[in-house]
Amino acid sequence: MIRIEARPQPSALMAYATPVLAVVLTMIFGGVLFAVLGKDPLEAIATIFWEPIFGEFAFFYRPQLLIKGAPLVLIAIGLALGFRAGIWNIGAEGQYIVGAICGAGAGLAFYPTESVLIFPLMVLAGALGGWAWAMIPAVLKVKFGTNEILVSLMLVYVAEQLLASMSLGLLKNPEGFGFPGSRNLQQYGSAHNAEIIAGTGMHWGVVAALIAVIFAYVLLTRHRLGFAIRVTGEAPRAAKFGGVNPARLVLFCLGMSGLLAGLAGMFEVSGPSGQISIDFNVGYGFTAIIVAFLGRLNPLGIVAAGLLMALTYIGGDIAQSQLGLPAAAIQVFQGMLLFFLLALDVLTNYRVRFGTAEVA
Amino acid sequence: MKFTTLLASAAMVLGLGGAALADGHEKTKVGFVYVGPVGDGGWTYEHDQGRLAVEAEFGDKVETVFVENVAEGPDSERVMTQMALDGADLIFTTSFGYMDPTNNVAAKFPDVKFEHATGYKRLHPNVSTYSARFYEGRAIQGHIAGKMTKSNVIGYIGSFPIPEVIRGINSAYIHAAKVNPDVEFKIIWVYTWFDPAKEADAAKVLIEQGADVVLQHTDSTAPQAAAQEAGGVITFGQASDMGQYAPFPRVSSIIDDWAPYYIARTQAVMDGTWESKDTWDGIGAGMVGIGEISDAVPEDVKAEALAMKAALADGSYHAFTGPLNKQDGSPFLAEGETADDGTLAGMNFYVEGIEGDIPQ
Repeated sequence: MIRIEARPQPSALMAYATPVLAVVLTMIFGGVLFAVLGKDPLEAIATIFWEPIFGEFAFFYRPQLLIKGAPLVLIAIGLALGFRAGIWNIGAEGQYIVGAICGAGAGLAFYPTESVLIFPLMVLAGALGGWAWAMIPAVLKVKFGTNEILVSLMLVYVAEQLLASMSLGLLKNPEGFGFPGSRNLQQYGSAHNAEIIAGTGMHWGVVAALIAVIFAYVLLTRHRLGFAIRVTGEAPRAAKFGGVNPARLVLFCLGMSGLLAGLAGMFEVSGPSGQISIDFNVGYGFTAIIVAFLGRLNPLGIVAAGLLMALTYIGGDIAQSQLGLPAAAIQVFQGMLLFFLLALDVLTNYRVRFGTAEVA
Repeated sequence: MKFTTLLASAAMVLGLGGAALADGHEKTKVGFVYVGPVGDGGWTYEHDQGRLAVEAEFGDKVETVFVENVAEGPDSERVMTQMALDGADLIFTTSFGYMDPTNNVAAKFPDVKFEHATGYKRLHPNVSTYSARFYEGRAIQGHIAGKMTKSNVIGYIGSFPIPEVIRGINSAYIHAAKVNPDVEFKIIWVYTWFDPAKEADAAKVLIEQGADVVLQHTDSTAPQAAAQEAGGVITFGQASDMGQYAPFPRVSSIIDDWAPYYIARTQAVMDGTWESKDTWDGIGAGMVGIGEISDAVPEDVKAEALAMKAALADGSYHAFTGPLNKQDGSPFLAEGETADDGTLAGMNFYVEGIEGDIPQ
């Protein structure tokens, strides 16, 4: 007979082992799925995980990992701060959109002036935009006790409407023959978030993500505020007795995650994407939630998780084109990853016992 | 620098591979980038039918690959690059938002031919653009709608207020008003190409407002289902035939038929005669198909509609023929004058008689 019993202490070993285990299980069950679809499972798995890093055209895919991973990591870092304190920002996608709109808008306001000041100004505008969008659920929660999960999520749809409106109106390219979408910032030198070293994929968003990781790490391990975040998440009553001000914590955590999401949007629109368009957002804000949990809400873990997610996206597209795997199969594959991770979490707090129950 | 050199050398290798093609030693590889899933029953489905037609036409001489659900922006750029690296000779990119990415990738692979649907940028000699004159089909729908409506209210589900969609509304209105001067258009913008829930809601609202004809510029069959439920409301299939709702409420349809174009362009690459051009074909060239007009349409109306189809096909009639005024009463086309393609391509105004404003 198999049963599970609570551990007296969460297992430190399992906390680190379960993400690896989840990846392995995803490979196994994903392989079964691919086999059922009539594809060679080993080849499919190899295409997804091996091809982008070590394949023939790795020189192209490796930089793409950074481009795809950077916004995920940047957003997930911010989300993790809140998640650790039990503050649930589900609306990073909206903050990402508003950050992009504000960043691009700040740059386009100066078109076609060339100046080194424009890009820093755009960074500021993007950060502020994302921050302000996140402050709506934050202030509503602090003042009126609303649920930040619902408010932040609903504001995503508002942001999407705002994005459509901007693409069709205020930010529409005057030379675009009436088509929706802004000017392409890649063709506007001062506003272009170009690669710092050509061919490496290293743009300012990647740099910002790395800085955010370091700051988050120091904050959580060395700073009083980081301590307050962790205590609030792990023992809310103790935190209260310890003098943590929950309202300030809500404002900080939501504001910070909004700011980082806004930055991610700004770096994306000024760099890899290039323009504000109706379909600018592709779900980074939601995927980042997966990345944050896959990385155990730990800054270093998030870097690994962000790169892993990026890998499955890039490898997934290669598998579609080379092996004819349907996109839905790739999505199921990615879904399995989160499923196994959450399911295996049980091993951190419980242990599996074989044999009959001992009589106490 | 290193990266561009690598890409260039990779492109050169591929170029050499491509050169071998003329001798018939190698398969021609044709790639397709889709914005939606192939099972959407509309836009992407019809492009995929075109791909299958290419395979059926050339058999062993071609290899086709596709990637579905590709987000516009950097993801599409990566997928196109990947196809080019994998040796594609010809790549069809089938969404407006792929415009800049297509041109970016085309610059790096001068020996690969790119075909971008519905765009207008051809920055490199290896980029072509193509689109269909769907407004010709709208003229026929307008005629049938104007004849058949009893309430004189025609509902229109608009996707995005872009020239493509506005052109369709104008064309349908002109021909409905021509046979029925009392006709009134009610337009709802849903800001999506494919969202069954939103489309169904829009259809219901239009029907509640008295519309007994619902035209749609969105791809799902949800409006057809809503009309069927309401009863006494006629609809037209969009992008694909939607024949499962025939003979009523669906009385006809506009079908995107990309097969002849895809076959011709693939043939051109095989023959080495491919060159950059802009194609805008209508009923005449077979790019726009008119689905069977069902028996729910009176015989005389059906005969008129077919006569109009024939006239549009042989060029003896143009869907935008004067006298026509713009919405504000200013002259648009003089008696007997027809709209030139430039005006049509960038159309951003309603014709006289349509109420309401184009959202900005």
